[in-house]
Amino acid sequence: MDFLTPIEIEAIILSSRVALWAMVWSLPLAIGVAWVLARCDFPGKSLLDGLVHLPLVLPPVVVGYVLLIGLGRKGVLGGWLFDVFGISFAFSWRGAAIASGLIAFPLVVRAIRLSLEAVDRRLEDAARTLGAGPLGVFFTITLPLIAPGILAGSILGFARSLSEFGATITFVSNIPGETRTLPIALYNFTQVPGGEAAAIRLVVIAIIIAFAALAASEILARRLQSRMGGAS
Amino acid sequence: MISVDIIHRLGSFTLATKFETGTRGITAIFGRSGAGKTSIVNVLAGLLQPRSGRIEIGGHVLLDTGNRINVPPEKRRLGYVFQESRLFPHYSVRRNLTYGMLRTPNAERRVDFDDVVGVLGIEALLDRKPRSLSGGERQRVALGRALLPSPNLLLMDEPLASLDASRKQEILPFIERLRDHFHIPMVYVSHDIDEIIRLADTLILIDEGRVAAMGSVEDLTSRLDLRPLTGRYEAGSVIAASVAGHDAEFGLTELAFAGGTFRLPRIDNPVGEKVRVRIRARDVSLALTRPESVSELNVFKGRIMELDHTQSAPQIDIRIDIGVPLWVRITRRAVYELDLREGSEVYTLVKSTSIDRQTLSTQKSAATITEEIY
Repeated sequence: MDFLTPIEIEAIILSSRVALWAMVWSLPLAIGVAWVLARCDFPGKSLLDGLVHLPLVLPPVVVGYVLLIGLGRKGVLGGWLFDVFGISFAFSWRGAAIASGLIAFPLVVRAIRLSLEAVDRRLEDAARTLGAGPLGVFFTITLPLIAPGILAGSILGFARSLSEFGATITFVSNIPGETRTLPIALYNFTQVPGGEAAAIRLVVIAIIIAFAALAASEILARRLQSRMGGAS
Repeated sequence: MISVDIIHRLGSFTLATKFETGTRGITAIFGRSGAGKTSIVNVLAGLLQPRSGRIEIGGHVLLDTGNRINVPPEKRRLGYVFQESRLFPHYSVRRNLTYGMLRTPNAERRVDFDDVVGVLGIEALLDRKPRSLSGGERQRVALGRALLPSPNLLLMDEPLASLDASRKQEILPFIERLRDHFHIPMVYVSHDIDEIIRLADTLILIDEGRVAAMGSVEDLTSRLDLRPLTGRYEAGSVIAASVAGHDAEFGLTELAFAGGTFRLPRIDNPVGEKVRVRIRARDVSLALTRPESVSELNVFKGRIMELDHTQSAPQIDIRIDIGVPLWVRITRRAVYELDLREGSEVYTLVKSTSIDRQTLSTQKSAATITEEIY
């Protein structure tokens, strides 16, 4: 990989790792929240709905600052986590994964919720009469049927995580090799004299990664579609 | 024994259904659209929670709201064939078929996979996806899927309603084969009286969420007061008979019934087999004296049991006792001219060709076999 500079390679690997882990922690939670929003009816549901969508409308800096207050080493939850488990999110790539996952969360929930609402509940009823319990129905009927929605949601969330800037830099700062993701590295180059060429290179890399993600999702979606019983 | 006593409210509609029936053969639930038929079956299956009630099937209490018993659908061991096949689109036909079977403990599997696939004729479809199947094929797969977990009772909610007439004729024999081959009791919901006469033993008439009448198919279809529910247009009599013999010379079959012997063009059922004969009221004519030199082979002497003079319609339905009740539809003018009244002795002429072969159903005694199941 001679055509990439060490700084670029570092930024790409770090960004991918952060985005991947952002999806790893947020996807199961997003499926759960989407299920509750699509299937359950309870007082305060619109409050939960609003809370889930908050990162979409708040300035990312606000989200990052709230994370700093809450999960920072001196934060309410962060201090306890550090004291009891020795886990720290502040100024580490793990914190970046939390921040970018949180920013992407509403998009992921939205995509999964839409596909959940499109599932024919009568198929789930049929599965119950065939001896499958609620959990069995979820894993053998519901989950396979919403797989395209989960895929779309995670690709969208992954892309959003890759491009996350504001919350990340506010929460975990700009540490080379630890939290300096691709957008932050790009921002860095634009702030130093003579960094334009390097910045342009990163822009091109960002575009290529975005296209690769889109192509991968398209291929996966087609495979899923054919597994679901041929062309739609 | 199926014992149901449920009360449920759906908006302004109240379902208050109570009935008890044996688990022998096919019990049909009949009623107009919106009468609450599907709700009853959904309550049986556990997919709909009634406000209160009790359900017991074959000695198992499935629901008893008084004692806080409510067995979840997956533990009720009832098969359910839906109006729309509801096959799982992401699984092959084979995996659809085995979905419930594999969830049934080995010791409780009485229905053999290859047997079902053979009876339903779906060997060639096993590796295909539901989307590529025709409507009739889907419904056959759905029948097999519901049957393979060896249910104690098979519920069918208008399994033929989504099919066109020729597809219906394709599926009906399969349902008859399931009835005769696997001996699993069935509850069959329909708004098509022809299907019910062909398939069912016991009939439950539902009207606005309540049981309007219950009894044998023969009895209920010959009751005048139930006509508004059973449908007036194709009024007729349903008569139980058994094959008495075959007349090889003239190609006829003789059917013995409580009032004598019917002759009709030869059918292939073996001697002794029970069949059900349907005679449309408009295919019977009347005479006051024993007719001679007529072409009808089936002439029976009888007495008028029921004749509604108050009717102002041009045609009147008359019930005549020829050993069994027989419905006759003639014009009001003929009633007037022949001076017919209740108690009059008449001769009925039934055209042998009016006995519809399609409605002959083979009724083997399922009683002995269902006893083994429970």
